[in-house]
Amino acid sequence: MGMLQVLSKEFSSFLNSLIAYVVIGVFLMGIGLLMWVFPDTSVLEYGFADMETLFSLGPYVFIFLVPAITMRSFAEEKKAGTMELLFTKPLTDWDIILGKFVASFLLVLFALIPTIVYYYSIYTLGNPVGNLDTPGIIGSYIGLILLAGAFCAVGVLASCITPNQIVAFVAAAFLCFLLFSGFDSVSEMPLWSSNGLFIKQLGILFHYESVSRGLVDSRDVIYFLSLIFLMLSSTKLILASRQW
Amino acid sequence: MSLEINNLTKLYGQQKALNNITFGVNEGEIVGFLGPNGAGKSTTMKIATGFIPPTFGRISVGGFDVLEYPMKVKKVIGYLPEHNPLYLDLYVHEYLRFVGGLYGLSKKKLHHRVAEIIELCGLTPEQNKRIEALSKGFRQRVGLAQALIHDPSVLILDEPTSGLDPNQLVEIRKLIKMVSHNKTVIFSTHIMQEVQALCQRVVVINQGEIVADDTLDRLLQKEGSASAIIVEFEGDVTREQLTQLSGVESVQQMDGFKFRVQPKTGADVRPELFRFASENTLSMVGLKQEESSLENIFRELTTTTTVPE
Repeated sequence: MGMLQVLSKEFSSFLNSLIAYVVIGVFLMGIGLLMWVFPDTSVLEYGFADMETLFSLGPYVFIFLVPAITMRSFAEEKKAGTMELLFTKPLTDWDIILGKFVASFLLVLFALIPTIVYYYSIYTLGNPVGNLDTPGIIGSYIGLILLAGAFCAVGVLASCITPNQIVAFVAAAFLCFLLFSGFDSVSEMPLWSSNGLFIKQLGILFHYESVSRGLVDSRDVIYFLSLIFLMLSSTKLILASRQW
Repeated sequence: MSLEINNLTKLYGQQKALNNITFGVNEGEIVGFLGPNGAGKSTTMKIATGFIPPTFGRISVGGFDVLEYPMKVKKVIGYLPEHNPLYLDLYVHEYLRFVGGLYGLSKKKLHHRVAEIIELCGLTPEQNKRIEALSKGFRQRVGLAQALIHDPSVLILDEPTSGLDPNQLVEIRKLIKMVSHNKTVIFSTHIMQEVQALCQRVVVINQGEIVADDTLDRLLQKEGSASAIIVEFEGDVTREQLTQLSGVESVQQMDGFKFRVQPKTGADVRPELFRFASENTLSMVGLKQEESSLENIFRELTTTTTVPE
């Protein structure tokens, strides 16, 4: 109940400020350019009817966009002192954390929805029409949504460690990058010998690729959910210490 | 509902912000919480509202411990934090609806209550503005409005009048007085006159310890700084004549026939002065009480321990 109040307030302040429009606009413009205009990544040049561009480059766009959405969530409240207001209302810490997390997550989803138009375009452009790996695309969408959720959780955590939004942004972007492809890259190092796969499995990329193949494995879903839970629990722990 | 503070201690690292303080506020009572900046007023209030935990000791509101039943306690408290933080990007009515929603007011009730509180706090002309566009006085009203939206039985106001101009000061005090009917109220301030204007009882805190907890009148007497009286006569009066009056400690001639009469502790010499004037058929042209005594008490109470530089 209280969580919904926080959620709707957070979401309406996205809509009241420029944040929502800038984030959605930039995301769609960026992905649109990559998919249809830039020859290196354009579907039209590539010649195969798939949405690989969206799903392989989407995460990198998210690494910058999601922290931009989440950076204000706690940092701004700390700076303005409104944290005290929120924490003296009859709300649990979870109401506040989940309200903020879900609001950011919803905004990212709103940015993703218009890309369904791309699916339709490619569907019609295919030869023959409809020659498209639909289950694969649905899997990829699920992957991207789970990834966005994980990034939002990371962003909320980064925002609660500092009253400075820029620090929150940089920390979140770096952490997202590390989690996304850092483990994957580190696992290539020879010193792990046979444990490389284990290291790889700690990173997001391994699970994201697995889901994107169109085979939604419960283990991958559980990985994402645990990652979100871990990040939000850490946020709660930090908030409970009230050391700011 | 009453507010009980028992043996409260708060440490910030090595620094003792509160040292074993105990006091209570009875149901329906208004208490001024007085002290210099950094004395621990805000810390006490932050603990009472459940924002930060105490190191030792307990606070209970209406019999419920703040730590054990945070939800129950937070529901009955209306709190105006120091510096009055607000969501500046929200509209006044939007903000009040948000806060009301947090207290679980239903949609229909909320609409009604927001309109009511806007009216009560004199925000009607400003209700369709964003909070960032409001002046300090109106922001303070919004802060009070959000603290009152759920009709709390305990009101905790942290420096509700700091930084306001004299007109706004009077208005906010009037508002507090009006809304505090039937509520348990504790407000912090470092202005003695404020206490005088709003309530009888005052708790004075200095360097984390309670140095006085009494009514203002009794404090005035106890501290021995009964206000001096400035009296002015038209005709011939000597200093000696006044010194002989009962209840007079000392008399100081100022200029012409203007005297500064220091009464003995607890004595009121004003009736005596009038009698003296009428018996000797003198015209008294001025009689006023020196106001500085309130500040004197404050200074005496809060500078007893010297702060090492």
